[in-house]
Amino acid sequence: MYTQALNQADPETVATEEPGRLARFQERIDAEERIEPNDWMPAAYRRTLIRQISQHAHSEIVGMLPEGNWITRAPSLRRKAALLAKVQDEGGHGLYLYAAAETLGVTREELVDQLLSGAAKYSSIFNYPTLTWADIGAIGWLVDGAAIMNQIPLCRTSYGPYARAMIRICKEESFHQRQGYEIMLTLCRGTPEQKAMAQDALNRWWWPALMMFGPPDSESQHTAQSMRWKIKRFTNDELRQKFVDATVPQGLYLGLTFPDPDLRFDPETGHWRFGAIDWEEFRRVLAGYGPCNRERLEARRRAHAEGAWVREAALANAAKRRQRAAYAAHRIAAE
Amino acid sequence: MSETPMPLWEVFIRARTGLAHRHVGSVHAADAEMALQAARDTYTRRGEGLSIWVVPAAAITASDPADKDMLFEPTASKPYRHPTFYTVPEEVGHM
Repeated sequence: MYTQALNQADPETVATEEPGRLARFQERIDAEERIEPNDWMPAAYRRTLIRQISQHAHSEIVGMLPEGNWITRAPSLRRKAALLAKVQDEGGHGLYLYAAAETLGVTREELVDQLLSGAAKYSSIFNYPTLTWADIGAIGWLVDGAAIMNQIPLCRTSYGPYARAMIRICKEESFHQRQGYEIMLTLCRGTPEQKAMAQDALNRWWWPALMMFGPPDSESQHTAQSMRWKIKRFTNDELRQKFVDATVPQGLYLGLTFPDPDLRFDPETGHWRFGAIDWEEFRRVLAGYGPCNRERLEARRRAHAEGAWVREAALANAAKRRQRAAYAAHRIAAE
Repeated sequence: MSETPMPLWEVFIRARTGLAHRHVGSVHAADAEMALQAARDTYTRRGEGLSIWVVPAAAITASDPADKDMLFEPTASKPYRHPTFYTVPEEVGHM
């Protein structure tokens, strides 16, 4: 149930969070029970989830922008229809996730404000530009591929509404990755210029895709507690390694090379070992200094401001109709 | 920025004829008609349903999880509500 009235954070409960309740809560988590909106939960669990789910939602919404850039310039009707459907899916995913976050007692309006004011973060990847059509292929293959790797374990996350939203998202996400890989494959089998375009896109998206999994485990502030609460099931580094292991053979099949001189297969462990990630770049982009941060936020602010009159008009119209219906009912009663 | 909050609606979808409507999520919309349209766009992009209900979230009365034991625990002590509580000789066959 997604009713909001029972979900308001109760400051007294937070203040008197006694160890007995915390222990019982942890027992439920350890027993793989799902936590539902109206259940008691530690204030920090609630805060962590609001932060994580809303960041996830914002990422889906901002993620529509780099790809939306290419809808009108897609090379064929088939590609255009697929891209349009994909971008519409991202919007839908954002909405499922906002709804899941709202079950924790935060309002949609607050969440949107947090994004537009810059208080909330979204995935660093969407602050890179989509310079060529091949970037649409690289995003589907790498960015959605990384997202899937991250999201599949979230289908079993301990908070019920988040897990249910993720199940829906994962079902829809697979098409995104496959359409991206198909674009890459078509380019790689095309002219040398087209293949070079695919290579260039891989060169630019590879490292940012690896950064999507977040800082290394040694520096991640939230990992240990999130694992204990089963919000997260795998650490950032574990997921990153899984992604590299899955993706490198796909890239080699395309006949492309990865922009990492240290990338090599380790036959002993069966893993692809990769070189050092430039965490300075990651921090820079997250802090707002990526190539497109300002443009992305401006686009969201403009869309929100330009839609304000529509929201106002819709609410005014609904109020007027309610009033008229009440008046008509009153007259009938009087007659 | 302080906008008037957009009302919340719970969305229920009948996947196929013969099945009950099932809760799938929620949408924000100014009125019922727009809630139906938003629910259609958000939750039925891949043939998920044949019918949609939208219900104002404020109209739903939910049981309190704290009352869970009081409400549901008594059924645990009533095994005689289940068919397996009763013994029927094997010779009688399936019943």
